[in-house]
Amino acid sequence: MSGYMETFYLIIVLAPLFASLIAGLFGNLVGRHGAHWVTNIGVGISTVLSLLVYKHHIIDGAADYNQSIYVWLTSGGIDFQIGFLIDKLSATMMVVVSFVSWMIHIYTIGYMQNDPGYQRFFSYISLFTFAMLMLVMSNNFLQLFFGWEAVGLVSYLLIGFWYKKESAIFANLKAFLVNRIGDFGFLLGIAAVLMYFDTLDYVEVFKNVEQHADTTITIINGEPWSLMTVICISLFIGAMGKSAQVPLHVWLPDSMEGPTPISALIHAATMVTAGIFMVSRMSPLFELSATALNFILIIGAITALSMGILGLVQNDIKRVVAYSTLSQLGYMTVALGASAYAAAMFHLVTHAFFKALLFLAAGSVIIVMHHEQDMRKMGGLFKYMPITCFTCFIGSLALIGFPGTSGFFSKDIIIEAVHYSSLPASSFAYYSVLLGVFITALYSFRLFFMTFFGKENMSREKWEKLHEAPAVVTTPLLVLAIPSLILGFFLIDPVLSGNYFGSAIYVSSENNALSIIGAEYKGIFSFITHAFLHPPVYLSFAGLFVAWLCYIKFPNLPGMIVGHIGFIYRLLVNKYGFDDFNQVFFAGGVRKIGHLLSHYGDAKLIDGLLVNGSAKSIRIFSSFIRHMQSGYLYHYAFSIIIGLLLLIAIFVHGVFY
Amino acid sequence: MRTDLIILMPEITLLVMTCVVLLVDAFSEDKFRKITYWITQLSLLLTICMVFYYSPDYSYLAFNGAFITDTMSVILKIVICGISIIVFFYSYEYLKESELLKGEYFVLGLFAVLGMMIMSSAYHLLSVYLGIELLSLSLYAMVAMHRKSKYSTEAAIKYFVLGALASGMLLYGISMIYGVTGSLQLTNIADAINNSAIEKIYLVYGMIFIIVGIAFKLGAAPFHMWLPDVYQGAPTSVTLFISSAPKIAAFAITVRVLVDGLFPLIDDWQSILSLLAILSMAIGNIIAIAQENIKRMLAYSTIAHVGYLFLGLIAGTPSGFAGSMFYVISYSLMTIGAFGMIILLGRFDLEAEKIEDFKGLIVRNSWFALIMLFLMFSMAGVPPFLGFWSKWFVIKELVDSGFFVLAVAAVFFSIIGAYYYLRIVKIMCFDKPDTMRAIKASQQMRTVLTINGLLILIIGLSPNTLMNLCLSAF
Repeated sequence: MSGYMETFYLIIVLAPLFASLIAGLFGNLVGRHGAHWVTNIGVGISTVLSLLVYKHHIIDGAADYNQSIYVWLTSGGIDFQIGFLIDKLSATMMVVVSFVSWMIHIYTIGYMQNDPGYQRFFSYISLFTFAMLMLVMSNNFLQLFFGWEAVGLVSYLLIGFWYKKESAIFANLKAFLVNRIGDFGFLLGIAAVLMYFDTLDYVEVFKNVEQHADTTITIINGEPWSLMTVICISLFIGAMGKSAQVPLHVWLPDSMEGPTPISALIHAATMVTAGIFMVSRMSPLFELSATALNFILIIGAITALSMGILGLVQNDIKRVVAYSTLSQLGYMTVALGASAYAAAMFHLVTHAFFKALLFLAAGSVIIVMHHEQDMRKMGGLFKYMPITCFTCFIGSLALIGFPGTSGFFSKDIIIEAVHYSSLPASSFAYYSVLLGVFITALYSFRLFFMTFFGKENMSREKWEKLHEAPAVVTTPLLVLAIPSLILGFFLIDPVLSGNYFGSAIYVSSENNALSIIGAEYKGIFSFITHAFLHPPVYLSFAGLFVAWLCYIKFPNLPGMIVGHIGFIYRLLVNKYGFDDFNQVFFAGGVRKIGHLLSHYGDAKLIDGLLVNGSAKSIRIFSSFIRHMQSGYLYHYAFSIIIGLLLLIAIFVHGVFY
Repeated sequence: MRTDLIILMPEITLLVMTCVVLLVDAFSEDKFRKITYWITQLSLLLTICMVFYYSPDYSYLAFNGAFITDTMSVILKIVICGISIIVFFYSYEYLKESELLKGEYFVLGLFAVLGMMIMSSAYHLLSVYLGIELLSLSLYAMVAMHRKSKYSTEAAIKYFVLGALASGMLLYGISMIYGVTGSLQLTNIADAINNSAIEKIYLVYGMIFIIVGIAFKLGAAPFHMWLPDVYQGAPTSVTLFISSAPKIAAFAITVRVLVDGLFPLIDDWQSILSLLAILSMAIGNIIAIAQENIKRMLAYSTIAHVGYLFLGLIAGTPSGFAGSMFYVISYSLMTIGAFGMIILLGRFDLEAEKIEDFKGLIVRNSWFALIMLFLMFSMAGVPPFLGFWSKWFVIKELVDSGFFVLAVAAVFFSIIGAYYYLRIVKIMCFDKPDTMRAIKASQQMRTVLTINGLLILIIGLSPNTLMNLCLSAF
């Protein structure tokens, strides 16, 4: 079978691209049905083949595949190539990306049913799948960057999918700009790699990484910096943009302006995990810089806790899930900082499933409620949409880390790994993520209770028409609920033993917190019972209980609390002021500078003086010397003679020398 | 002697065919001029075949070193004949339309082509001179062909008098070189300079006169004054002819004389050509901006292009010469296209001479507006068109040889030059047309012009073939 593998890899990336082109360029020709069929089949093929690849590499344990397919260009002795590195890490990501994407393709058929941009939407999400697969399958930095930018572009297109909606346009511009800041760091990191390693190929870079462990570079005079720290922090800034870490997180909540399927696909399950994936992929680099790891820990911990808290005060159902995504991305980042890359990837995988599930459940509620997203106008939906409610419950349990669910395993080993980490920032991170568990449980069940239980707050004519969402919507929910519930049982063992990712992830021995947990690990059930000796489980139960108290038992309680801590509440509602600060300081400041430059620099100096000025002077000069062209023959002959004399004077007699 | 004659076969063929055309034309009535025309085209086609057929595998000197066939001469002859064929296509249309269709045009044209072929193969200062004169005398007569037009006559007189002056200078220079080296054959001249202690001042003196003569023929500043007047005054069909193939032939003799004959003086002629190149690029590009007449504008554009053409020679390396060759070939293709457009838009009573005549062409005929856009973009040096590569090629060679200042000047002037090319595009695409008169042209004209325009794009998209061809010539 391995003979076919190379072809499979190609088909996996090209099938969605091909489908996207058909749906996008010939959308009118193939019609709405054609568009959803062709993209569903394209991504379906990718999913099935990805599963085969997964079996080949992870279950059968085949050797890694690393091959360049096509040389794009050669410049300055460096080959810019398209190539695939398929190992256990990329095989895992391929399954997650293609599978979740496929589910969302199916779901979209129901969700976008009446949208005029139906074909365009399918074209975009297939294109996104292509870009994301290119990103995860890449064997070099250039292709990684290509995929990175391509997912950014599609994300931009999709957030602004309803391009007549003012807020959507604002959100997509914001996402694009904030991501550019991250991409700038990312590009600098890649440039530094290219400069010192003279290659963009992963394997080549990783092979030579030891040589540069102690290399220093001077950016500011007299301040030698470790090369690895500079590279890693630059790359991580890229990851902060894509994976929405504080302070580059501001785009993600706003991106909820896009249609729900893409919130699930891009802003929960796949694109935002690109940063996590990238850092895991670059583990041999990051392991060499303790500074960078500390930095990552701190950023991750801040994100995990502070964004979770914001989830508590949101009333828009999608935004709660969005803040929860931010918080969970923070968890993954913390795991990266603690060198528990495998744990981060584990959480990435489980999170992809349960978060996609939660988003789709939220979307299901939204369509049934006729695009009402405010949870205060919902309640009691349990009766009308049991499947959605049930699957949402499973998703929430996984999210809070209820013992036995997939999220429980992945989150628990992250917290444990941070606990065992010896980095200076680890204790701060540990308490942050611990507190985060309580917060997570609180906002998750706040959402669940407010939406599905309690008083029915919608208008009468609305609830009379309430019914469960159509099968194309509920099927993906049910399918996604299965891995959300049980995936942890299968993965915990290989992840902890360190076999799962094998050589794809490198952890230096002094940082290897996961191996400590792995050494103590004595099977799944002892792991679960063991968890009851640690605070996280109790914290999540406490969160659940408080949510029940506040939103079922004493619905007036939250209002009273808010009344007492008005200042903090306002701070939270204003999202700590990040947006206002950016809006005033960065956006406003840049606009002012831009205006100054445009008015004085461009309009007056460049256009007025240099461009128009020189154009004017050339025109004047031109019309002046054309008069030398008098039309008289003897003038012409004279000019020839003068020219000749001039040449003789200069070159024979050396007049000007 | 026999092989010498075989080497000369293409030229002999052309000469014989020209005499046939002359005879046929002399005995046919005006309404049968079509026959003259087709025989003319046939002779050129036949000549191309002959050039192909008799192309030697290595360079061969005939007639005691007066005549050479090598890769360069073969390529240039084929290009000259090919360009002339297209020129005659366009001319026929124009001459028919303006009732100037006389056999003399074709006979003189063929003699001019013969002169150019001799120039391409000349390896002796006398054959250089004979080639130039054969070409020039034919051109003088062609410019004067429109006898009723006073502009045409004026242009012919100016061209003739100034041309005679330049020829005189050329001859004077030749005589000086002969005086000090004792030879007219180019390799002998080079040997003489290398081997005997000749006072350099005499050589440079002679060389300057020769360069002035050649620069006049090419139209390099400050010997360019005739060019705008002749371009404007001559019938468009003749302007079209003068502006294209003769530049290729002039390029050939420049390379022969300077590189094969006077290579020991390279430092001197590099400096002289640099001066001429800068002057040409500056004067050509700047004055072109002020022109209202498109033929005059193209005349100044020619002057500027000659400046760029020199750049490759200045680089002084084989690949630099190849760059110049590439430049002159692509220039010819673009310029005949541009004049072809003028002919296409013109009519008996109204020649499309004014830039304004291109107003709103896109509305009148979008296809030919597109072709014109190709041509103008190419002339301005916008990728991916042919003109970009030709500029890129010479400037790259210049940089490789270390002439940075000149390279920067070249880019600078090409930016100025872009203005007037793009102005035509702007007028064509964004201005309202004065007339909605449909474009009336034969299918033949349309087809050839379309091919011409598309060639600019196609060669521009894959310039390597032509580049390698040019590189193989040196």
